[in-house]
Amino acid sequence: MSLADLIEVLTLRNYNTQLVVFSTTLLGVASGVVGSFLLLRKRSLMGDVLAHSTLPGIALAFLAMVALGMSGKSLGGLLIGATLSGLVGVAVMAGIRRTTRLTDDAAMGLVLSIFFGLGIALLSMIQTMPGASAAGLDSLIYGKTASMVKSDFYILSITTGAAILISALLFKEFTVLCFDEKFAASQGWPVGVLDAALLILVTLVTVAGLQAVGLILVIAFLITPAAAARFWTQRAGAMAVLSGVLGGASGWLGSTVSALVPDLPAGALIVLTTTVIFLLSLFLAPQRGVFSRQHRQRQLRRKVDRQHLLRAAYEILEADSRVAATEAEKPWDGMVTNHPIARTALLAKRSWTAKMVDRILRKETRSGHLTSDSAAQSVQLSEEGFGEAARITRNHRLWEAYLVRYADIAPSHVDRDADMVEHVLDANLVRELERASQEDEAWVAVPASLHTIPTPESSQS
Amino acid sequence: MSPAGDPADETISAHPETVPLAVHDLTVAYHRKPVLWDVDLDVPEGKLVGVVGPNGAGKSTLLKACLGLIPIASGDIRVYGFPYEERRDLVAYVPQRESVDWDFPVSVLDVVAMGTYRKLGWFRRVGAKQRANALEALDRVGMADLAKRQISQLSGGQQQRVFLARALAQDARVYLMDEPFAAVDAATEEAIVTLLKELNRQGKTCIVVHHDLATVSQHFDWVVLLNMRIVAAGNVADTFTQENLEKTYGGRLNILNDAAHALSHVAR
Repeated sequence: MSLADLIEVLTLRNYNTQLVVFSTTLLGVASGVVGSFLLLRKRSLMGDVLAHSTLPGIALAFLAMVALGMSGKSLGGLLIGATLSGLVGVAVMAGIRRTTRLTDDAAMGLVLSIFFGLGIALLSMIQTMPGASAAGLDSLIYGKTASMVKSDFYILSITTGAAILISALLFKEFTVLCFDEKFAASQGWPVGVLDAALLILVTLVTVAGLQAVGLILVIAFLITPAAAARFWTQRAGAMAVLSGVLGGASGWLGSTVSALVPDLPAGALIVLTTTVIFLLSLFLAPQRGVFSRQHRQRQLRRKVDRQHLLRAAYEILEADSRVAATEAEKPWDGMVTNHPIARTALLAKRSWTAKMVDRILRKETRSGHLTSDSAAQSVQLSEEGFGEAARITRNHRLWEAYLVRYADIAPSHVDRDADMVEHVLDANLVRELERASQEDEAWVAVPASLHTIPTPESSQS
Repeated sequence: MSPAGDPADETISAHPETVPLAVHDLTVAYHRKPVLWDVDLDVPEGKLVGVVGPNGAGKSTLLKACLGLIPIASGDIRVYGFPYEERRDLVAYVPQRESVDWDFPVSVLDVVAMGTYRKLGWFRRVGAKQRANALEALDRVGMADLAKRQISQLSGGQQQRVFLARALAQDARVYLMDEPFAAVDAATEEAIVTLLKELNRQGKTCIVVHHDLATVSQHFDWVVLLNMRIVAAGNVADTFTQENLEKTYGGRLNILNDAAHALSHVAR
């Protein structure tokens, strides 16, 4: 392949390339938009049933046209046959679901395989029929963009254009149908009609996609861009648009690459492109993406570790202050004074490894919450760190008090339960906890712990 | 019976004897197994009505049948004397919150705005007016500040309040609510009670499926005791009695249950 070839394809100078690239891009946009509603309606596989059910219709349409003395391979006629038989397939599926107690998946599997098998049988019968030249009919199974002519392009533009337009018009109706079918029905929206409209849209893009990507792969065009778009947005409208864009991009990229590399079929390349887009979305999307979720979990874990350390430090200081008061034979006034803490005391507070404690200590030193004295193996909270430690301890105890009082958790177990939730308390919740605990007792800066805190002997440094 | 509320609606005040919801001879069957038998019910105007009964008594089914959401075997349902299909605008429905996928890509405001869809009609988009209505409804359930939030970030109680706000945005006269108090936090329970009282003051009729017998007399002034058929219906003071409760929850309906079971087997 030379540079000239590349330029010729990319600038769409070749008429046939132009046709194919335009068609598949348009198809990608339409199936992306329609597919997003199908996904939200949780009926993605219905598209697959529909696509597979088109095959007997294609064969029968061919036979009918030959019997009428026409060319059996007029695309318009074949697509009409495909549409009718696809709809019959979906109707049979709905019938099975209504009259028997079989579940959806069983009904889908039955119809899909029966219709596809029937179609294959009919096609091979046609191939052996004398006088009927059926060569090329099977290109509708895997798709063959190279065989497209101008009239095909018109059919495809009209069907996909109509599908996009109807989706835009019915956006509000489809959204309420997909979100809450019962509510939509109670408002008087004809749920059955809307579902039928969605089905017709799916039929339009499926049938339009037969020639380009084939009936087996067209489902990827319906599901994958929508599933990828779902990762990036939390709004149905944005999702439909993005799904259309991703579908269009896949169609364009797939057909362009296929034009560059002669023996690669466009259908397969398009599906591979949507797959790459899907995988990128799955991992990289903010909020819903895998990496972003992992990152958030890691951050939470770090935050929890940090808070555990600060609370441990505070509790040691608190115990020390109490001991100091007892030694001076004065009643403890609840004041906690800040002084250096032995590293070993921190280590004894929780079941954590020395490596872990050291790592957290380094982090906290960097953020200015404490200073460490490596010679004395001790650390001291800074003023800021001490305040933070008091705040964290306070949240922990407020939460414990709430759990004991309102959730009926035994004081001996409350520490562990509080541990899990206190780290995600936001300011609003803390205020509510304060309200709850203020109901019958005076407000305290850091309430006393509800359970005995084990006091390490060696806490005085 | 309290007087009919809104004189502006002439079609309704022309029929002063009609009630917000009249159910006659309603029978509903799932897979040919009857769930509701010969239900007769006239709900008076402006009442807070609690519908109680054991699990599987057909409480939700009664609401759904009234709304035309499930096929009925026989019977007649009228809203202010009209067939329900003609006056859907008078009725708002609050489904159980578990009935939808809360990970759906819409915001709180989007969901509440769905209450305005019927009046908006086909093809027209939600505009500033609908958004203002939705925001006002959200304010009435104390959630205006969460309007932009994605619905997956809501707590169970907040989800319930979003559904209530959506019903408020419909601006109906009869509210059918399916277990709004189920598994909600104290703040939400309080918000729902306040809202019910407010709707009651405005002369609206609220029919609420309720599971907590302890709070029935506290929240409602009219009660329907249901167990596949209406055991009793009327003012809480006269109807919500030990004897009626025993009839509703006790074992005396076993024969009816067995008959239903037998029927479903024959039909199969």
